[in-house]
Amino acid sequence: MIEQPQMVKICNIKDETPNVKTFFFEFTGHYDPGQFIMVWIPLNDEKPFTLSYINGNIAGITVLRRGDFTKTLHAKKIGDQIGIRGPYGKGYGLSEKSVTTCIVGGGIGMASIACLADRQENATFIQGARTVTELLFRHRFKEMKLCTDDGSLGYKGTTVDLLRELIGKHNYQKIYACGPEKMLHKIFELCSEHHIDCEVSVERYIKCGFGICGQCDCSGQRICIDGPVFNKEDLRNMPDFGKTAITKSGSRVSL
Amino acid sequence: MNGKMAGISLSVNLCNIRLSNPTVLASGILGTTRALLKRVADNGAGAVTIKSVSKEQREGHKNPTVITYEAGMLNAVGYSNPGVDAARSEFYNLEDIGAPVIASIIGTCTDDFVEVAEGLSESGFSAIEIPLSCPHTPGFGLLSGQGTPEATYEIISAVRRKTNLPIFVKISPNVPEITTIAKAAEDAGASAITAVNSMGPGMIINIESKKPVLGFKVGGVTGDALRPIAVRCVYDIYKAIKIPVIGVGGISTGRHAIEMIMAGAAAIGIGTGVYTRGIDVFSKVCAEMKQWLMENGYNNINDIVGIAHD
Ligand SMILES: Cc1cc2nc3c(=O)[nH]c(=O)nc-3n(C[C@H](O)[C@H](O)[C@H](O)COP(=O)(O)OP(=O)(O)OC[C@H]3O[C@@H](n4cnc5c(N)ncnc54)[C@H](O)[C@@H]3O)c2cc1C
Ligand SMILES: Cc1cc2nc3c(=O)[nH]c(=O)nc-3n(C[C@H](O)[C@H](O)[C@H](O)COP(=O)(O)O)c2cc1C
Repeated sequence: MIEQPQMVKICNIKDETPNVKTFFFEFTGHYDPGQFIMVWIPLNDEKPFTLSYINGNIAGITVLRRGDFTKTLHAKKIGDQIGIRGPYGKGYGLSEKSVTTCIVGGGIGMASIACLADRQENATFIQGARTVTELLFRHRFKEMKLCTDDGSLGYKGTTVDLLRELIGKHNYQKIYACGPEKMLHKIFELCSEHHIDCEVSVERYIKCGFGICGQCDCSGQRICIDGPVFNKEDLRNMPDFGKTAITKSGSRVSL
Repeated sequence: MNGKMAGISLSVNLCNIRLSNPTVLASGILGTTRALLKRVADNGAGAVTIKSVSKEQREGHKNPTVITYEAGMLNAVGYSNPGVDAARSEFYNLEDIGAPVIASIIGTCTDDFVEVAEGLSESGFSAIEIPLSCPHTPGFGLLSGQGTPEATYEIISAVRRKTNLPIFVKISPNVPEITTIAKAAEDAGASAITAVNSMGPGMIINIESKKPVLGFKVGGVTGDALRPIAVRCVYDIYKAIKIPVIGVGGISTGRHAIEMIMAGAAAIGIGTGVYTRGIDVFSKVCAEMKQWLMENGYNNINDIVGIAHD
């Protein structure tokens, strides 16, 4: 395989919230939910995003506006081109229909978990956001249980608070999650305590995307190729998870 | 067959450092954290090198920083690293890594090299590698004139005065007379030569967007494309100097490693091979070397060092 971006045309753009847009483009090839692609804007930069929609040969990435790259991406119009390479990494493992599962998305982590929710049958689906205007995909997933930190819609509290209540009522056998690492770490602890399997998607600063530069290390695991999705056993051997991360320079910071 | 293979020795002595086998993780590949070094050692590397460390922290170039093409890889990572103080806290208890750990230090002037070398001198590294040869980072290596015999002599003798650790000098394949640089390093007190760094730089243009792909536009060429050049460099250097040579460039199989050792390498570095064959490339290359040695009637890797010479 040759790891170079291929240019694709943006064929549609959807405003999801005031700060989040989805960009659609043609995409063929195999994709497991939770894998990511590298998106290139020539002369600007290249950054990782998961596919949030797949419909036939059209895929989408759902992008939160944060810094320079995502601002530049948000300014793109239908017909403009972006470069993509991948997909990379190890995605979520789908469960048998008979397994009771719960999917938890926090903030823009929803983008990573949406394609899983499309494919995983019979799952409870929880979404958390700070406030009602930041909630994503409310029409796409009508059965979602919603939480907001400020109580502006749905359950008032975090996804972890709601999940803790639901674990008491349902016998979940498997929990999938993507969101802020503090949330993921609490879910991991909750799953360990209740002996529930879990798979979570971990973020680190990604450069090459194919496991050679070492930039996305988390306790000896390369997020880009050994992850980004890890299970409970993996996470148990990753003391950095929930605690420290290395940045673009390789400096270690506390989370 | 396995019984016979067990009798074959791959262990080498490199400047009084004992390596269980001649494979060395090249600098800049996976050497960002202690945990990754440990994982590479667990995957069979005879020694591991950290990603090059400078005095201050550096974010490096923008992405794409590493891309591949039909014949190898291009990279312009731009020496991202946390700086010497943070590196000192990252790389601790190196005895527990399971293989000797080599520091790699860079600087924009002679004093920087000395300062970084001193900063890492108590950390338990087995040697210090000094690349004077990066082709794509302003202020460092070839882009700041460090690749001449004069600059090599000046930088290496300054560091030599301040440390007792073995010093490996990593040189560029880009010069017409590579032996003059190797000799300057040897004269300045280097303990070994690491040959070679990436060549070029090269450029790849995406013809649809009509723009260079790498964030820095140009980057060093490594992998298969580099191998015959690296083998020739090692062959020439081996003839010209007395200190050992660590051969690096395009090695991803046991046959490649054997070829480099026949050219005169006492040990061999692997970088791009981590991509082409996976993180266990080290144990694969070792098994393939043993297989070749057995089939060809050798039981010690040291017996073929430099055998390609007349
Ligand atoms: C596997 C993976 C999947 C992702 N999927 C999505 C997604 O579907 N939608 C989405 O909106 N965001 C996603 N992200 C995060 C996204 O890559 C960053 O938001 C984006 O790179 C920010 O760039 P910026 O220049 O706009 O912001 P900056 O100001 O540069 O950074 C903002 C934050 O983004 C993080 N970031 C910046 N560059 C990178 C990088 N190269 N790799 C990882 N993190 C980086 C930094 O930690 C920083 O805290 C994903 C990240 C990873 C690792
Ligand atoms: C992604 C990447 C990063 C590198 N970073 C460094 C570095 O920081 N310091 C250094 O001395 N060499 C660096 N190199 C050069 C390698 O150590 C090695 O000399 C070169 O890749 C040739 O070997 P190979 O063909 O086995 O990859 C880097 C190479 C690559 C591919």
